[in-house]
Amino acid sequence: MATLQVELVAADRKVWSGEASMVLVRTPDGDIGVLPGHQPVLAVLVGGGVSIRTAEGSIEAAVHGGFFSVSDNRVSILAESAELSSEIDVQRAEKAAARARQDGSQDDLDRAETRIRVASL
Amino acid sequence: MGAQLRVYRRRIRSVRATKKITRAMELIAASRIVKAQGRVDAARPYALELRRAVSAAASQTSSVDHPLLASGVESKRAAVLIVTSDRGLAGAYSTNALKEAEALSRLLVEEGGQEVVNYLFGRKALGFYSFRNRPIAGSWTGQTDAPTYEQAREIADALLAAYNTDASEGGVDEIHVVYTRFINMGVQEASVLRILPLEVVAASAEDSAREPLALYDFEPSAEVVLDALLPQYIAQLIYSCLLESAASEHAARRRAMKSATDNAEELIKSLVRAANAARQAEITQEISEIVGGADALSDATAGSE
Repeated sequence: MATLQVELVAADRKVWSGEASMVLVRTPDGDIGVLPGHQPVLAVLVGGGVSIRTAEGSIEAAVHGGFFSVSDNRVSILAESAELSSEIDVQRAEKAAARARQDGSQDDLDRAETRIRVASL
Repeated sequence: MGAQLRVYRRRIRSVRATKKITRAMELIAASRIVKAQGRVDAARPYALELRRAVSAAASQTSSVDHPLLASGVESKRAAVLIVTSDRGLAGAYSTNALKEAEALSRLLVEEGGQEVVNYLFGRKALGFYSFRNRPIAGSWTGQTDAPTYEQAREIADALLAAYNTDASEGGVDEIHVVYTRFINMGVQEASVLRILPLEVVAASAEDSAREPLALYDFEPSAEVVLDALLPQYIAQLIYSCLLESAASEHAARRRAMKSATDNAEELIKSLVRAANAARQAEITQEISEIVGGADALSDATAGSE
């Protein structure tokens, strides 16, 4: 079966790249699942989790602000910031969430909560 | 020990200490160039993918009439972001960027009849402008040797806010960045990049020659995607300017510190020579004094007989 070439790229580094069988992302209109052979798409992402299903299991990442494109079985997910679930520092994320609640910054709160949720996956 | 010799020795000691410091700074800068270049490389995949996506979106929105794209409207006010360093001792690095910015401002004022609004990055630019009491629209300091994406985003947001405001209400119609291009370890060049209005067409022409762009579906729509993409693209452009300038800063500092070390070496060499001559002169004088004294003594005893 054909596979997808996935690249998860943050503004300052390449976070993950490799082969996958399916990619799940969240757009303003709802979640999209991409399987091999998907037609070319360019979509805006809303902050949240990205799930990449590979042969070895699934890889979860928290992304913020970005978009993704699919063409010829190549999926690029570009985000201003992206963290794999294994890289997330839960304590730091919780601190950030607490700080965001105090400041009343909804955007920061969403980011921190996404990170906490993705880390627990 | 004679006074002159003591003065020489003291100077040699102090120049040696300075040389140690400049040598250390040279080595630190050299190792930081490598790190800075690593960051430039790490940011490259994002830049490439983003550019592909922007040209794909721009080529497929049938009537590209986005406010951020080249519009042909005559511009009245232009913003200039000047990227310099926080710290000195980097040779002419900041001065060159500031000079380039002065030249650009003159060009904009004299040929375009535009008003120039300055945004500053780095303490050196801030010092230059506040010393001359020039108005500053915005400034960022503190992280010039390792800029982060968050900082680039902050700058981009400020510039975009100004761009989206009408010129008559204090906004700007054009945004230029003066940064230092890293050509190689030996050569860095202050240069100007116009980031807004964007000229995506030029970028897409060279990209599409390499690989035809697929016919994308846009989610939710091409306009929304382009709206989201372009600010990110601007932030990324600024980020890469900052990264490249940081690499240039380290390279300039390394070179400046290398020549400082070399000069210290030269200075030590000539001071050691002078000190040796002074010591020799002292010894010669002492000998001739002793000989003269002995002569006088023997003359005196000979005369008394």
